[in-house]
Parts: sequence; structure tokens; C-alpha cells
Amino acid sequence: MLVNIKGVRKYYPVEKGLFAREPGYVKAVDGVDLVIPRGETLGLVGESGCGKSTLGRLILRLEEPDGGEIQFEGRDIFGLREDELRKLRREIQIIFQDPYSSLNPRRKVESIIGEPFAIHGLASGTEREEKVIRLMKVVGLRAEQRHLYPHQFSGGQRQRIGIARALALQPKLVIADEPVSSLDVSIQAQIVNLLLDLQEEFGLTYLFISHDLNLIEYVSDWVAVMYLGKIVEWAKQDVIYDHPTHPYSEALFAANPSLDPLSKSKRLLLEGDIPSPINPPSGCRFHTRCPLRIDRCSQEEPALTERPNGSRVACHVR
Amino acid sequence: MSSALLEIKGLKTFFFTRKGVVKAVDGVDLSIDEGDTLGLVGESGCGKSMTALSIMRLVPEPVGRIVEGEILFDGKDLANATEAEMRKIRGNRISMVFQEPMTSLNPVFKVGDQIAEAIQLHQEVSPKEAWGRSIEMLHLVGIPSPETRVNEYPHQMSGGMRQRVMIAMALSCRPKLMIADEPTTALDVTIQAQILDLINRLKERVGSSILLITHNLAVVAEVAQYVGVMYAGHIVEYGNVLRIFKNPRHPYTVGLFRSIPQKRRRTKKDRLQAISGLVPELLGLPAGCKFHDRCSEVSPRCREEGPPLLEVEPGHQVRCWLYG
Repeated sequence: MLVNIKGVRKYYPVEKGLFAREPGYVKAVDGVDLVIPRGETLGLVGESGCGKSTLGRLILRLEEPDGGEIQFEGRDIFGLREDELRKLRREIQIIFQDPYSSLNPRRKVESIIGEPFAIHGLASGTEREEKVIRLMKVVGLRAEQRHLYPHQFSGGQRQRIGIARALALQPKLVIADEPVSSLDVSIQAQIVNLLLDLQEEFGLTYLFISHDLNLIEYVSDWVAVMYLGKIVEWAKQDVIYDHPTHPYSEALFAANPSLDPLSKSKRLLLEGDIPSPINPPSGCRFHTRCPLRIDRCSQEEPALTERPNGSRVACHVR
Repeated sequence: MSSALLEIKGLKTFFFTRKGVVKAVDGVDLSIDEGDTLGLVGESGCGKSMTALSIMRLVPEPVGRIVEGEILFDGKDLANATEAEMRKIRGNRISMVFQEPMTSLNPVFKVGDQIAEAIQLHQEVSPKEAWGRSIEMLHLVGIPSPETRVNEYPHQMSGGMRQRVMIAMALSCRPKLMIADEPTTALDVTIQAQILDLINRLKERVGSSILLITHNLAVVAEVAQYVGVMYAGHIVEYGNVLRIFKNPRHPYTVGLFRSIPQKRRRTKKDRLQAISGLVPELLGLPAGCKFHDRCSEVSPRCREEGPPLLEVEPGHQVRCWLYG
């Protein structure tokens, strides 16, 4: 296992006003267990506010956890020394959703892609330039484009620049946080293909975060479904898509609009909205919207347990 | 054809910028019959939103302008309507729902007041009646305990609830046509399913026709009976949803369907069939067919001459020389 996440928690305090005795907390990630096998892709799905991006930031060590640990190649990333942390920063990289705001508009492409080499003191001068050119070719950009600024590129090309920067230091794990959501449909496919090519060529491990269920099915070996800070189900991609066990996974997949105009109307519509993560429901967090709820669900939190088909599910009923 | 509620003929909406003339809508023909839903799909800059704004006569003038064409709504040409005439139509006989409900609702007024305002603007009713109608409309769009929520401000509601309020407002005067521009794009999947279901049910209750604008083909499959695929200011394929989703003909439509992941990969070598090239910039469009530089079926004729919309089967038109 490249990454082993054990009971990791991240709470953000919220101001409750002048006379509040107890501060509230947004329980963005609340006891998550997950592993990511080396060379494979874990797809992480869930709706806005479920904590999927926070989990990505924890793995990058951009956030300090309030509990639990995350092991990368067997070592807890939160207990690393300064020099070990520097090395970790090279091995885990991120591709962001918005290629417009994640590239410095005042720097040329060669400087953006070459910056990781400069920061880590790994290459300079013509050696750095050669590496930048090689990376640009890998992601499908032309060498002469290195003298241009980000605004001179389209959205898809900018995402290629972001990917080249992420790959510069030969990372082992790449966290792709909604990497194609801001792109047009015809361009999305180009970037998805590029990410798949790069995984094959460099043996990358991906944590692929997206709300696009079709895309996650296409790229993932494993899929984890998050709801309000918790993993509710986690399984092999084909198992979870063919037979989702948790009622939330089932409803989520059923809500995904189909390209077949004749297949509508057999869906199970979830009632209500996603509750606030500040005061999440007691017991199973999904019980307020769950069509199968029983008394126990509002009282006792279900644990993630392994099922006969190999999936891990947190549900009292199923 | 006399039953068409909206019929657009040869609509051209251009923007006159310092860099040149941007042909945002470049000769669009379409029609919507009473009670039907037409989905207009395409990528950014294809002109789908500008078509909608042209119908509402909300094109930002004087930079943008309808330069040619007719927009026949219930027999009247909106392209030549005066501002006073349009004010009676907007929100009353044609209403619009936008992508972002937070920015289209006024944050300092109660949602009930905002719906009541729309009703009072167009109909002779007392404030009390209008308020009662607001509650009725909130109930209709499935907002729980509408009597209390009518007093809430937009920020007290979730994104899905706000979009329901927008739909309630849009339907409050029982419009003949509702234009929905990316109505579910900002919403989560389970909430999107609720809103699409709501749109489908309300259409039958209120009897409005719908022009749905989206980049998402699956959303079209869920709610529309007819679809127009737009590319660089043109409709490139037009017809019945069942036909086109089963058997798309224009190379661009075919490419769009292929670039959406629909099946899982059988092997690690499987890839999506992407459309090559970039989404076009309207200032540097190629001559001939606007899609020819990205098309896998391009022939010499495509580079010189733009094809007209050709009928490939009854009610199914394609703008491509493959069929001419």
C-alpha cells in the first residue's frame, strides 16, 4: 500500500458569536480509513462539502489533522522531520480544478514548470531547460510555447501546464482534484487520456477526486463514496458500480443522469438536502435522508465493515 | 407548423468589438411547439446562451445586436418589439431561470416578496393575494413548510432550495415559455435529480414550453423531446432526442458522445475517443464548415463552403456535407 489512512480527522472551528460558550466545529473529515494501492487509482466521490478535497489536502500535508494518521510508504507523514518532509513534498503532487487560478499569470510557462527544480535545487541552467522541454512534450505542448504566459493558452492547455508542473519531480502519488471539471466536454476527454497515458508510462498512483460519476467509473480501480466527512462505502470499481450496497451510494449512482433518453424514471429520488457538517445528524449521518432507516440508525454510528463481496460498507440495515 | 409557440428564423446576433465582429449567433433556426421541451447543447462560446438572451432581448447593447432574423413568439416578432412591449413579456409570458440562483435572487428581500413582486408586476392582484400565490408557488415546487420559508432570505436556503425559488418565480405568472440556462449545473447530483424531476412534473401541471440550455447531454436526455446541437454560432444537428441520441449524424455530435465516458475500461489500454483540437475562438473561425479543422471526416469541399442544414430523415437535420 502506498497510502494508508487510519482514522484521520479534521475539524474546523466556526465562530458562533459573542456570547457562545462552546465553539462549533465543521467536521470536514471525521474518522476516515482508506488505503491506496501502489500504481492504481482510487476514485473519491461525494457531493459538495462531504470532505473529499480536505482529505486530499491532508494527504498533501497542507492541513494538520485533529486525530488519526496517514502513512505514506509506511511512515506517518505527520511525524516527519524537516528534511523528510521536503522529500515527501516531491513525492506527492496535486493537479487543481481551475487551471486559471493555479498558475501565476506573471510567469512564463518555462518558469512555472521549472519552479519545482529550482525550489528543490535539482537542476539549473540548460539542464533545467532541457527538463522543462521534455515535460512539455510529455503533456502535449510544443517546446517553443515555453516562452508564453498562461493567458495565452486555452483552458485545456493550461491544465496540461499544471500537469507538467506536477510531474516535474517524478512523484509517486498524484492527487487530481476535479482535474477536468472546468473544461469543455470535448477537451475533458483529451486531458483524461493524457492522465491515463502518464499513469501507464510512469507507474503513477492517483487519488482522483470528482463529482463526475461516469468519469470516476472510467478511470478508477477502487472507488470510495464520502458523505459528510465519512466514508460510507469503499470497494473495487466494478463491485460498487454494479452492486452499490450503501443506500447513499445506490441513490447517488441512480441520480446520475443517463445518456439514454428511455432509461429515466426508474430512479430513487433522495429527499431533502445534504445536512450541514457543523452539526451532522447523530448516529448514521445519512439517516435523515435514508429510505431504509430504522431506529438504530439515529442512535448508533455504523462502522465500516467488510462484506462478502469484498466491499467495505458503513450501514446497519444492509 | 402553425402550432409553433416560438419560431426563430435566421437569427444573427453579432458583437462589434474593437478586435472585430464576433458572430455569436450566426443564422439559427429553431422552433418549439406548445408543451414541448427543446434542449440546446454545446460547449462554451457556441452561442447557446446568446440565443436565449436574444429571445429575451437582453443582448448587451450597443456592443451586441440582433442584426438579422425573426423571433416569432405567439405570432409576434420579438426581434422588432419595443422595450415597453418586451417588459410586458419578460417574466410574464417568457421567463428565465439562470445557473446561479444566489446571484439572481436579491439578498436583501424575503423570497416571498420577490415572487410576489413578479406576480404584481404583471397581474392585477392585491399584495395579499400575491403573497398567498407566493406560498402556493413554493408549495408547488416542493419546498417544505412554505408558510414559514416564504419569510426567509436567500442566504438562509441551500443551493437546491434557491433554485426551486427561482423556478417558482419563473412559473408564477404561468408563462408560455420558460428558458432555463444551465439550471442544474451548480447543483450536486442528488439535488440535480430532484430539480430535473421537478421541471418534468411542473411542465405538465403549468403547461409551459421549455427551452433548456446546457452543456450536459445527459440532462437533455432526462427532460427534452427535441435537441439542437450548437457549434460556433450554428445549429449543426437538430431533431428528436430519441433519434439523435440513438443515431447521431454530425461528426461533432458523434464526437461529443464518444468523448463522454459511458462504459468502463476493459483494459488499462482503453482510452476515450477525444475530439482533437481546441474549442474555437469566434474571432478566428475557419472558412467553410466551422468544424472542419477538428473533423475526422473532412473533405476538400468542407474547407471552402459551409454546408446548410440538410434533412437526413423526417424531423432530423444535420449541417454536414456527408449528407448533401
